[in-house]
Amino acid sequence: MSEQHIKLPEGSIEKTTTTLNLGPTHPATHGVFQNILELDGERIVSAEQTIGYIHRAFEKIAERRPLYQITPLTDRLNYCSSPINNMGWHLTCEKLLGVKTPKRVDYLRVIIMELARIADHLICNSIVGVDSGAYTGFLYVMQYRELIYEIWEEVCGSRLTTNIGRIGGFERNFNDIAFQKLEKFLKEYPKVLEEFENLFTRNRIFMERLIGAGPISAERALNYGFTGPNLRAAGVDYDVRVHSPYSSYEDFKFDIPVGTTGDCYDRFLVRNQEMWQSLSIIEQAYQKVQEFKGAEAEVYHADVPEYYLPPKQDVYTKMEALIWHFKIIMGEIEMPPGEVYSSVEGANGEVGYYLISDGGRTPYRLHFRRPGFIYYQAFEELTKGAMLSDAIIVMSSLNLIAGEVDA
Amino acid sequence: MKISNDYIKQRLSEKFAGTQIDFTETYGMLSFVAPKDMNLKVLNFLFDDEELKFRFLTDICAVHYPDQKGKELAVVYHLHNLEDNVRIRFKIFTDINQPDVYTATGLFSAANWMERETYDFYGVNFIGHPNLKRILNVDEMDYFPLRKEYPLEDQSRVDKDDEMFGRGGTIGFGTEKTDHGTLVEMDKNNEGDEII
Repeated sequence: MSEQHIKLPEGSIEKTTTTLNLGPTHPATHGVFQNILELDGERIVSAEQTIGYIHRAFEKIAERRPLYQITPLTDRLNYCSSPINNMGWHLTCEKLLGVKTPKRVDYLRVIIMELARIADHLICNSIVGVDSGAYTGFLYVMQYRELIYEIWEEVCGSRLTTNIGRIGGFERNFNDIAFQKLEKFLKEYPKVLEEFENLFTRNRIFMERLIGAGPISAERALNYGFTGPNLRAAGVDYDVRVHSPYSSYEDFKFDIPVGTTGDCYDRFLVRNQEMWQSLSIIEQAYQKVQEFKGAEAEVYHADVPEYYLPPKQDVYTKMEALIWHFKIIMGEIEMPPGEVYSSVEGANGEVGYYLISDGGRTPYRLHFRRPGFIYYQAFEELTKGAMLSDAIIVMSSLNLIAGEVDA
Repeated sequence: MKISNDYIKQRLSEKFAGTQIDFTETYGMLSFVAPKDMNLKVLNFLFDDEELKFRFLTDICAVHYPDQKGKELAVVYHLHNLEDNVRIRFKIFTDINQPDVYTATGLFSAANWMERETYDFYGVNFIGHPNLKRILNVDEMDYFPLRKEYPLEDQSRVDKDDEMFGRGGTIGFGTEKTDHGTLVEMDKNNEGDEII
């Protein structure tokens, strides 16, 4: 068969790569962000990211809101584990105001934060399974994620965007039903996690898909500002809970799982191990909470009259409580001036809050240090030279959550 | 060996003996201001020094102070020494009419998107940045939204009545500089409401 040649006009360049738009609406991207990939056959030559599809101007809105009204904004950053963001914000406010929370509050906060970490890692790991073709694991663990949502619902009323806790503690004491649900979770979940691990960890196809996909060395990861499980999979054991303990984390005994190559398989294993460690922390915290007896067992917030609403019976009978209630609701409390940077170990890494107050009623500047935004930059380096299917796996194993990338 | 804030202060003052560096300490974190042309020199010194070892860039952001003429935009770097667990805050001030700052992307790859975000929100021009485009807002936007002079909401809308529900207009939250006070404070001549 003779060949047919196409006569191109003078000076035109023949493209050797294909541009593929792994667009904002795509079943494999978890949230709205776009990758424009240049492919040479099936190998990725370059990747350009476009984000900002869910940018909601939180930093500008926060300049107009008093401190307690900013908590719902922090919910919507990493919405798979919103209690961690809420607690991080409360810790920042408490640092600015100089509030010290009682131990029982700290332990209850630890329980809530570790439950959120388990919830986030469950989603990430099961979605890595879905993206490599195994749907069963995802649906199976979702049933136990529902239990976590029910525990949060008992405490604060909502499941996803929790707005849990207040400056100084919690809005109400944990009732018996919440503790019963926590006990059910602690009893039934370990077996489920073991089954989930058996499904994936030594599965031949899963290992072949994930091992070697998107590796990163420890120095490159540190240079890119990675924190959290992505950094620990590369071999650096940096965890904010251990380095700068907050909320009484120093009272707990737990290990930090660390990987070696930083590829998707290591990230998967690190997240699984972190779930086991979180379970152990929750058990220790629950035991410590049960040791409080009598009046101490009723403590659920610190004494911060300027920021914590007084109980309603006091508002109707005592003068000071009435005045504080009015001032808090009408937003007439002025913050002390100062600048504070405080961070917590979120499920994806170090979630930081940089708060500048000029003595007014609302922050002068609030900046969120979002781990998802920072490590998404590395996506091009992680996928250069890899195949297209590896790009999908790398994206889901990095645990990119659009709310956190964009804010 | 845990390096103390005083030690960092001393090393910085020795190394940059000719330049004016203002140190403050807020909530345990040392924070210092240096002239903006020295930002790369300071960052490189903090990175390379074998005792200071500030090799992790936690965050870059900007703050707008409209009242400080000639130094309205501040670019704030948060650095972290992971081995000794010490954090430090480094600020530079730049004029809003010529907000040129040298980019830190040569030293930290993490600075790439952080500087794009700072450019997007405040208009700080990072000299030498490989791809200084808007990142979170639409490319066609021609103003820098987080500067204090831009209001939170789009003023061109005619369908929302902000006088209701205590929003905007004469009732609102905010500091006295950026927003109005409550209705009672605005009504200084005791005229009461206008009946339409």
